[in-house]
Amino acid sequence: MRRPSIALAAIAVTATLGLTACAGGGASDTAAGPGTAAADGAATSTINLYAYAVPKVGFDVVIPAFQKTKAGQGVQFQQSYGASGDQSRKVAAGAEADFVNFSVEPDITRLVDAGLVDPNWNANEHKGIPFGSVVTIVVRKGNPKGIKDWDDLLKPGVEVVTPNPFSSGSAKWNLLAPYAAKSNGGVDKAAGLAYVSALVKDHVKVQPKSGREATETFLQGSGDVLLSYENEALFVEKNGDPVEHVTPPTTFKIENPAAVLKGSKNLATATAFNDYLYTPAAQKLLAEAGFRPVDTTVAQEYASKFPAPAKLWTIADLGGWKTVDSTLFKKDVGDIAKIYDQATQ
Amino acid sequence: MTSDLDQQRGGPRPETDAAPLPPRPGATASDGIRRHGGDPAARGETSGGASRRARHGKGLRGLRRPLGIGIVTLWLSVIVLLPLAALTVAAFDEGLAGFWEAITAPAALASLWVTVLVSAVVALVNAVLGTLVAWVLVRDEFRGKRFVNAVIDLPFALPTIVASIVLLSLYGPNSPIGVELNATRWGLVVALLFVTLPFVVRSVQPVLIEADREVEEAAASLGATTWTTFRRIVLPTLAPAILSGTGLAFARAIGEYGSVVLIGGNIPRETQVASQYIQQQIEIDRPLNAAAVSVALLAIAFVTLLLLRVVSSRSQRREERDA
Repeated sequence: MRRPSIALAAIAVTATLGLTACAGGGASDTAAGPGTAAADGAATSTINLYAYAVPKVGFDVVIPAFQKTKAGQGVQFQQSYGASGDQSRKVAAGAEADFVNFSVEPDITRLVDAGLVDPNWNANEHKGIPFGSVVTIVVRKGNPKGIKDWDDLLKPGVEVVTPNPFSSGSAKWNLLAPYAAKSNGGVDKAAGLAYVSALVKDHVKVQPKSGREATETFLQGSGDVLLSYENEALFVEKNGDPVEHVTPPTTFKIENPAAVLKGSKNLATATAFNDYLYTPAAQKLLAEAGFRPVDTTVAQEYASKFPAPAKLWTIADLGGWKTVDSTLFKKDVGDIAKIYDQATQ
Repeated sequence: MTSDLDQQRGGPRPETDAAPLPPRPGATASDGIRRHGGDPAARGETSGGASRRARHGKGLRGLRRPLGIGIVTLWLSVIVLLPLAALTVAAFDEGLAGFWEAITAPAALASLWVTVLVSAVVALVNAVLGTLVAWVLVRDEFRGKRFVNAVIDLPFALPTIVASIVLLSLYGPNSPIGVELNATRWGLVVALLFVTLPFVVRSVQPVLIEADREVEEAAASLGATTWTTFRRIVLPTLAPAILSGTGLAFARAIGEYGSVVLIGGNIPRETQVASQYIQQQIEIDRPLNAAAVSVALLAIAFVTLLLLRVVSSRSQRREERDA
């Protein structure tokens, strides 16, 4: 009888050890985190960057330039790109980030509410917006459907590709542009919503999760029209894809915010990187990559590359993101959210 | 695979008590084989085998039984049962009404319908062509046979996303052969056929190797046509294997994600399969919908495997009676 009980005890001990090893491993991982990061900090430091899907092309040129500056020497970057809302929720849920760049302000506000970003993150002269763009219409080469303005999208048989506003920031800008145009900046709300409803119900068939994925879907042959950032349109055109873009006379100013997490282990480096984005050198690189610069001198220099539309609505015209998000995009409550849910459920 | 072939014996065998396992790449085909006629020694590790031995055993053997059952229960609980229970609880987070609303949303129902429809087509095609492939591999001699035999397992070894890219480069936009299947249901069918190819082949192959050819020759010498021989002699022998392979292929197809993600197009109500719908619901922050549809998918898979066992155990009993 002895042997089996020994075996039993041995197995029990092994199992317990195994389980504690698992649990202990997890705990020690997090415990070791700050230590190793601090050790790294002496020689090099790593900035964990979480951004929405399309500015990768911008960061691809800005990051190497930053690493050549004094503040950026030896700084490594761990980059993650994805749907703006999805990325923001990941960081809010505990993903380790030092610097974030989202498509829309509410995705940063989520982190402010979670206590991860300082409420004064947008206190600088550019309100925390290092670059922006405008909403544009991308069509197939030669514009076979003759798309010129928002009304052309509602022509029978025109299929529009735009991402899902519940995960994508791009999608929110894309829907706000015609909404603002049709509602005269939010004055005639019903007209704006009628347009969005007709567009989403009859012309939007796919729901890619991010602006980048929407572009991929469009380039793979789905749809006649892609709603997107101007910078994304410029990027795919530069790549030689058979598309062109038409910026409608009335469109919307896109402002993409960036912020540093206040609990960052590399606060100084991350702040230096954030500040660097506003320098003329970085602004020029961003402009070259297709993003509209916020620095007025640089903006003037690139004025010919970024033609000013006849009328450019801004988020401030609609009452700011707080109002827009709660009245239009909030799940189950916002008007556009309800329209989108109804059309896609 | 050869070890599985070695274990394979012809003729009816007593059924094991092992519960049907969820499909796993690599091991599934052999599970299918064992289920309808493996050597008892080869499946001694199942609880049924252990208890059967223990009933006749004494001393140490007798004591191993509760321990074995305990470890198996603990292991299955930690790995399979508890996560499944947690998922089910999450799906009913807002009560039965919330669950019902989530799975009856038109887009959710559509994705489940597309999934089942496409998987059924894939399973049926597999049943016919998989059997044919196995037949050719066993009964015909040709150059490069060993190479073909190895290629069959490639879809198992290949990451499924690679399958998607492979198919997209052939059937996608600017297709070199002029066939564009991306963002269509046929695209889904082709992708799923690719990843489920080995199931029926690997289930049928060993049974065919062990099948008694003399019986077929006897039938032929008694004047049976080739078709009669196939229908009355060969098919009944292969049926359980075909069925098991088909069922596993179906179960794998309904859960497939990687292989359809690029070629499927993810168009709601047309080519969006349930796994893509689940992913989408997670991305737009609606975990309840994702959990509810996952539970529905789980139920479909479970019912499939259950039916499979009922049917195969029936046919086994019939075989035993006939024997």
